[in-house]
Amino acid sequence: MNGIGTAAVAAQVTLVVVGAPLLTGVMRKVRARLEGRAGAAVTQPWRDLRKLLRKEAITPVGTGPAFRAAPPLLVATTAVVAALVPLVSTATPVGRRADLILVVALLGLGTVAVALAGLDTGTAFGGMGASRQMTVAALVEPTILLAVFALSMPAGSTNLSAIVSGGLHDPVRLVSPAGLLATAALAVAVLAETGRLPVDNPATHLELTMVHEATALEFAGPDLALVELGTQMRLTVLLGLLASLAAPWGIATTTTPLALALALAVLTAKVALLGTALAAAEVFWAKLRLFRVPELLAGSFLLAVLAVTASYFLTGA
Amino acid sequence: MNDGVFTELLDLACGAFLLAAVAVLWLRQLTSIVRAFALQGVALAAVAALLGLREGRGELLAVAAGIGLLRAGALPHLMRRALAAGAPGGDGRYQEDVSEARETRPLVNVAASLLSAALLTFLAYAVARPLVALDPTPVTRALPVALAVVLIGFFTLVTRRRALAQIVGFLLLDNGITATAFLAASGVPPIVELGVSFDVLLAVLVLGILTTRMRAAFGGTGIDDLRELRDR
Repeated sequence: MNGIGTAAVAAQVTLVVVGAPLLTGVMRKVRARLEGRAGAAVTQPWRDLRKLLRKEAITPVGTGPAFRAAPPLLVATTAVVAALVPLVSTATPVGRRADLILVVALLGLGTVAVALAGLDTGTAFGGMGASRQMTVAALVEPTILLAVFALSMPAGSTNLSAIVSGGLHDPVRLVSPAGLLATAALAVAVLAETGRLPVDNPATHLELTMVHEATALEFAGPDLALVELGTQMRLTVLLGLLASLAAPWGIATTTTPLALALALAVLTAKVALLGTALAAAEVFWAKLRLFRVPELLAGSFLLAVLAVTASYFLTGA
Repeated sequence: MNDGVFTELLDLACGAFLLAAVAVLWLRQLTSIVRAFALQGVALAAVAALLGLREGRGELLAVAAGIGLLRAGALPHLMRRALAAGAPGGDGRYQEDVSEARETRPLVNVAASLLSAALLTFLAYAVARPLVALDPTPVTRALPVALAVVLIGFFTLVTRRRALAQIVGFLLLDNGITATAFLAASGVPPIVELGVSFDVLLAVLVLGILTTRMRAAFGGTGIDDLRELRDR
């Protein structure tokens, strides 16, 4: 049954690559409708990408390999994460290697690549954005790792497939204090990691407030298309990961084509639902002042710490 | 109610209890702080009710109802009234907002106090270890949560500047002590509980009056202004 496992991985990656711009389109549409605008079509991000890909590749004078390597690296790391994470099936050939720490490290690699590219341009905004992005990343990383430890403690492994199938077989684990706290901490970390409100405003081009946009300012043409696609894929993968960890129902544990097709449909529904909820919530949120962001992240860090202590002490190790 | 469900529900209630204490440290708006405190009262009542159901003791259920009424109903109501008393009047003119609806500048900033709360939780777990080892049941295993709330309440009491935030800190401390009694010894006798509850109610009433007087005398409840005692 290895063929179907491979098909599951391929389906996951394809779904993430094709679906990521559509998810962004849906989120923009939801936001526009809630604000009383008609909004662009859901497929607009795809049209933007197509337009950008047709353009000529231009790099600013004086930029080096860091600038050129960043866009492919961002997309590649995210694609590998999309293959590793058990979004559709826990019985995949790469499932044994889907370690949560590895996933966090791959995501970190993508972040660092973009920040280095921002520094490489030598402009003021690029450096400022890179510095801010690294500050946020340094605060997010411990939260993610601690939340991961809390989730992996009942499963006895940091393997994602083991954690997800453990949650499927023993749903009590998901509603235990440790599980809920870890999910909440992870949700805040995902918001910060993907640069959504209230940490960063993805729609802004205002110099003083932008974080991610500042590092991507100098990209043009196909490079910009890759950076945009990479960012959208990260959001999709992380939302999918959050859905898999918090509500793993529907993920295929066997290797039958029917279960796989069902899992694909359920995954699409879950991620679309999460994206819609996030977009709707963002309408009501204001962006936090940059100096208040550490407060939010310290709070989510504390939630993760409490999750670890709760899973260790309350269940009685 | 079987063992597994009881343990899960108790753990959830204790988790919510601790989380509400953390929320008090995290939030700045005093109204939100009072709301978090009310939620904690609900969680504490749930702990008492669960223990009562488990052991089939009617008086514990009555105590749980009393705790719910007092700590999730009466005390938050009193604090909201004290807050509303200081709000600027709506007569259309611009007035400086002296209502002190926010904890603007705590002595220890919010990020640091959240990290301190994490350390205090670890401390509570370390201290409670020998106690839990005496009789490791699901109920006593949750004992560190109550101790952590005592410590966090004390921390709030020490580091906040607004009188109302300090009252909430004091009440967190008391909630923690009550929870410790429930988890370690399934509650003190109802008559003692009743006495403590009236004590707390009186303390809040007196502190409420004191807050109003302070505001009348100094125009604010920043405790820092009260460094010296003067006799004139």
